[in-house]
Amino acid sequence: MTDFLAVIVGDFYARMLVLLLSATQWTIYLSLTAFVGGGLIGLAMTLLRIAPVKWARLFSAAYIWTFQSVPLLMLLFLIGLGMPAFFKVNVPPWAAATTALTLFTSAYMSEVWRGAIQSVPAGQWEAGRVLGLTFAQSLRYVVSPQAIKIAIPPTVGFMVQIIKGTSLAYIIDFNDLMRWGKKIGNSQLDGAEPFVVFPIVAAIYFLLCYPLTVLSRRLERRSGGEKLMVAAKGVNVGG
Amino acid sequence: MNFWDCGVDLDGKSGKICVDIRGMSKWFGSFRVLNNIDIAVSAGEKVVICGPSGSGKSTLIRCMNSLEQFQSGSVTVCGVALEQDGTNAAVQRRVGMVFQQFNLFPHLTVLENCTLALRLVLKLNADEAEARAREYLSRVRILEQANKYPADISGGQQQRVAIARALAMEPELMLFDEPTSALDPEVVHEVLETMTDLAATGMTMICVTHEMGFARQIADRVVFMDEGAILEVAPPPEFFGSPQNERCRVFLSRILN
Repeated sequence: MTDFLAVIVGDFYARMLVLLLSATQWTIYLSLTAFVGGGLIGLAMTLLRIAPVKWARLFSAAYIWTFQSVPLLMLLFLIGLGMPAFFKVNVPPWAAATTALTLFTSAYMSEVWRGAIQSVPAGQWEAGRVLGLTFAQSLRYVVSPQAIKIAIPPTVGFMVQIIKGTSLAYIIDFNDLMRWGKKIGNSQLDGAEPFVVFPIVAAIYFLLCYPLTVLSRRLERRSGGEKLMVAAKGVNVGG
Repeated sequence: MNFWDCGVDLDGKSGKICVDIRGMSKWFGSFRVLNNIDIAVSAGEKVVICGPSGSGKSTLIRCMNSLEQFQSGSVTVCGVALEQDGTNAAVQRRVGMVFQQFNLFPHLTVLENCTLALRLVLKLNADEAEARAREYLSRVRILEQANKYPADISGGQQQRVAIARALAMEPELMLFDEPTSALDPEVVHEVLETMTDLAATGMTMICVTHEMGFARQIADRVVFMDEGAILEVAPPPEFFGSPQNERCRVFLSRILN
């Protein structure tokens, strides 16, 4: 890969690009872990948030408010730097980064999904109930299929926020794209000035995020034009 | 006023009480939306409830199938005594309900709308559920639309599907909450015809509606409500001919002219 790139951009930049691209791997892994982990916890929190049990709703609300109100950077500091110093435990940067981003992601995801579920008209729940469906059956067979269609575009859109959020993990020495960009930019080598390196780093972030942005927009347009929405308008107010 | 002293002749009815509400009140916070309601409905009877908007008629029928809770008095429906401030799934299985806004499931076909609860609640297998759903869809004369989605059929057709969906559960009592209010005027009649057909089968029906022609035609008794209270209960000839309550008279003169 280095040799191939060397032909195009020269030896120096080829080596720089390969370094940055291999660091990008870690950005991708971190993003995916946060997305999957945050998605799973977020799903659990969503279910607790709408459950017909008061303590479950309170617990979930407290969780969401906590992790939505604390800046991601603060979470990274607390887990990556605060915990090792305070509890005298060893927290590797990747563990701290994935934990912080997972908590952050789960809180936002469950808010998005709760919003999607609540945007399904109340009459749909009532129709399920009067047919004898249980809460879980109504959720599973009536409300979720409609909520998922509503939730997909913002969920894909939120992946962009996760990817950009991972860049903060450089602060606790996680070896992602941002950290390597900063290292190279600080290296004092000719041709590796910050104003050369950071645009390249930015371009790589852009290449990761832009397709997701486009996908999210496309999904939004599609679900907007669907008959689901037309029908949902017809069932706006229950009772 | 209650059922026992309104002098209704129940000849031809089974005499079995399907809905028995005594001294029932309901509050939303400090606002009393239902005020000391007494009404009993026999099996097979058809009752139409009318009254100005905000009078509590929808709330009353929603208390009958545990969609709303009440705070005092007693409500017994299909032999099930509902708890104050509780919800009761058992009664929801025995009572069918049709909503103003149809509330069909937009992501399911007409047929699937009807089979969902048959499979999940009554545990019928796929073939049995489909056969029963088709039977009720043909009863409301809409079988040919079985594979369409709700958004692709008219409002009147959607409401007939909602009726078939409720009937397929074979309830003992059917509640209608302003079933024609959200419809275009030209399709109101098709839903009313379906309801009239249903009335002829002997189904116990309680309908909140402003369709006074329909009330005259099928109701055994018409109930007038205002400000959360039942003010007049009478068979259609007396109800329309010589209403006793002043507010009922005013309401009727407005709605009939």
